Amino acid sequence: MDGHPEEAMNRNDLFQKLRASAPASPEPYPDYDDAMLLSRTGHPTDLEASFRQQFTSINGYAFDSPGPLISLLRATANTRGYCDPALFPILGQPLADAGLEVSTLYHRSRYDDYQFGITRASGAIAETGTLILTDEQTSDRLAALSPWVHVAVLDPATIAPSIPEAIKRFGSSVNIIWVTGPSRTADVEGILIEGVHGPGVQVAYLSPVLSWTAPASPSF
Amino acid sequence: MSARQPIDQFAASLPGDRRSSVLGSCQAATSKRLTALADDFAHADDLRRLAARIKQHTLDHLDTYLEAATARLEEQGVKVHFASEAEEARSLIHQILAERGAKRIVKAKSMVTEEIHLNDYLIDRGLECLETDLGEFIIQIDGDIPSHIIRPITHKNRREIAQSFEREGLGAYNDDPEVITRRARVHLRDRYMKSQAGITGANFVCADSGRIVLVTNEGNSRFSMAPNPLHIAVVGIEKIIPRDRDLGVFLNLLARSATGQRLTVYTEFLRGPKAPGQPSGPEEMHVVFLDNGRSRILGSDCREILRCIRCGACQNVCPVYRQASGHAYRSTYGGPIGAVLTPLLAGDDFAAFADLPKASSLCGACREVCPVDIPIPDMLLKLRHQAHDAGIRSPGAPPMAPFAELATRPVIWRGAMTLSRAANLVPTQLLPVPALQSWLKLRTLPHWRGGEFRQWMATRKKP
Repeated sequence: MDGHPEEAMNRNDLFQKLRASAPASPEPYPDYDDAMLLSRTGHPTDLEASFRQQFTSINGYAFDSPGPLISLLRATANTRGYCDPALFPILGQPLADAGLEVSTLYHRSRYDDYQFGITRASGAIAETGTLILTDEQTSDRLAALSPWVHVAVLDPATIAPSIPEAIKRFGSSVNIIWVTGPSRTADVEGILIEGVHGPGVQVAYLSPVLSWTAPASPSF
Repeated sequence: MSARQPIDQFAASLPGDRRSSVLGSCQAATSKRLTALADDFAHADDLRRLAARIKQHTLDHLDTYLEAATARLEEQGVKVHFASEAEEARSLIHQILAERGAKRIVKAKSMVTEEIHLNDYLIDRGLECLETDLGEFIIQIDGDIPSHIIRPITHKNRREIAQSFEREGLGAYNDDPEVITRRARVHLRDRYMKSQAGITGANFVCADSGRIVLVTNEGNSRFSMAPNPLHIAVVGIEKIIPRDRDLGVFLNLLARSATGQRLTVYTEFLRGPKAPGQPSGPEEMHVVFLDNGRSRILGSDCREILRCIRCGACQNVCPVYRQASGHAYRSTYGGPIGAVLTPLLAGDDFAAFADLPKASSLCGACREVCPVDIPIPDMLLKLRHQAHDAGIRSPGAPPMAPFAELATRPVIWRGAMTLSRAANLVPTQLLPVPALQSWLKLRTLPHWRGGEFRQWMATRKKP
């Protein structure tokens, strides 16, 4: 509350109205089992394989070595971008070695210069091919949003099997975002177009967390 | 006086290409929804009924849950406000923006801000308030209003959009949807980066965690919050659900019902301003809980309508919406949900929208697809009764009293049935009854065989 007297009045008035309108026999909270919330793909046996399958079915690219990513970036002429400093050793460096321009600084004023952005995923959902990003582990929200290609570096050990399980793992993060494919719209005559405001290409780069090492800090 | 209700008048004047575009997009969305639910869940109806019970439980205890959600949000550093009606909400939001000197505002798609006409209010006070959802952006530059909850420009074709873009200086005429989208991308991202505040709605608010949940496919809500320091979420009080856990029910249903996706691309869970150390994102977050007639509806016999999660599935499947289009409903909410919600939200202006509940064949398709199983046909009937009790007559409706007289007196009825065969000799095309002539334009009256059934019943051989 901001402490404005009018607002306090509204608040009291509203709660009074709500209490007055409560029915004589209210609906009880239903008892249900999370199992009924699981879709056809909600019982994965191999989490990584299921995630890859679902993720590619919604036009995502799943890689586990730099080579195919470098080829994709070159083929789509996205050769200049940002990498979270903590991820530079495992992915920024190989990209730089291959001749791509990689910076570990995201300058907001130059947001249009970054054609790709590499940030860390906090988890994923196998059932739906969803990447999970959090404020605490994303080095910059904008770096995961403004470039045409977003590469989320994902530790396969953090893949949750299903939506209910991913909800159980919410934790205390103030900002969690589930990303299920590239940014899209079908507003114009129902025709699907990818890359509206967010990335047009979404990549998951699967890499076990143990291989992550100390950051270096190059910049362009 | 016209012989038609306003919604029928609008539907009759709808250009053919517009009708086809609404019909086609509704059919496609209905079929996608069915596939997405039936392929993934063996018992999708059980899931709908569960969602209905959770929402009804929340509404029946809304004071408790709203209080809990407020407490959680405030603990997490969110400033929570309450507005009892549209004008209060608008001036409150303006005040928050003015106190912080925010003049350039970006907005993510939100039905509740449409409901309170927030954009016009802020623009009239000298603020720049830009819609960022592609469809809503096009609506805004055209000075139009959305015609569908999920697909706001379902009534527009690519040629019209290309003309609007050309007029606004967004490039030479090009009606390729990909080109249109790219041009919007370039134009809007510059505006995001220069913005000073972001305004969004909310799809759900979890009472146990104070989590605000926002879903978009385009990523515009994320972009409306990342570059600027202030976020204001405007939320109808019915958006509360009890627990984070319940999101498993609603997220599965919402995306499938709305667009046939398993999950919407961006599903964001916010518990307050950005995390310490995060360079991008709001430092200050406000939530404005809006009543605007909802507490009144909660006390009425149509309270179940507040379960609605704004998926638009009932609009897609409704034979009346498909023919009439969203603008025929003359309000923010069209289709079956609008036919109930609009007259209810109108309060004292009920009479102005009393035609909407009548524009239905009560086929029940809306209830069958509703992810929260709202008994919409029952409510349409209740609202028809309300209009009748208030003495609101439908233009063109024939007086029913003579028929009631006839139908409740068997002797007269039998006589009338036999005598009415004379109707076969009457040239119906010449009868000066507008409703009949309108009906006959599209249909042929069958040969009258009044009384034959009674004769057959009386003389048939009983087994």
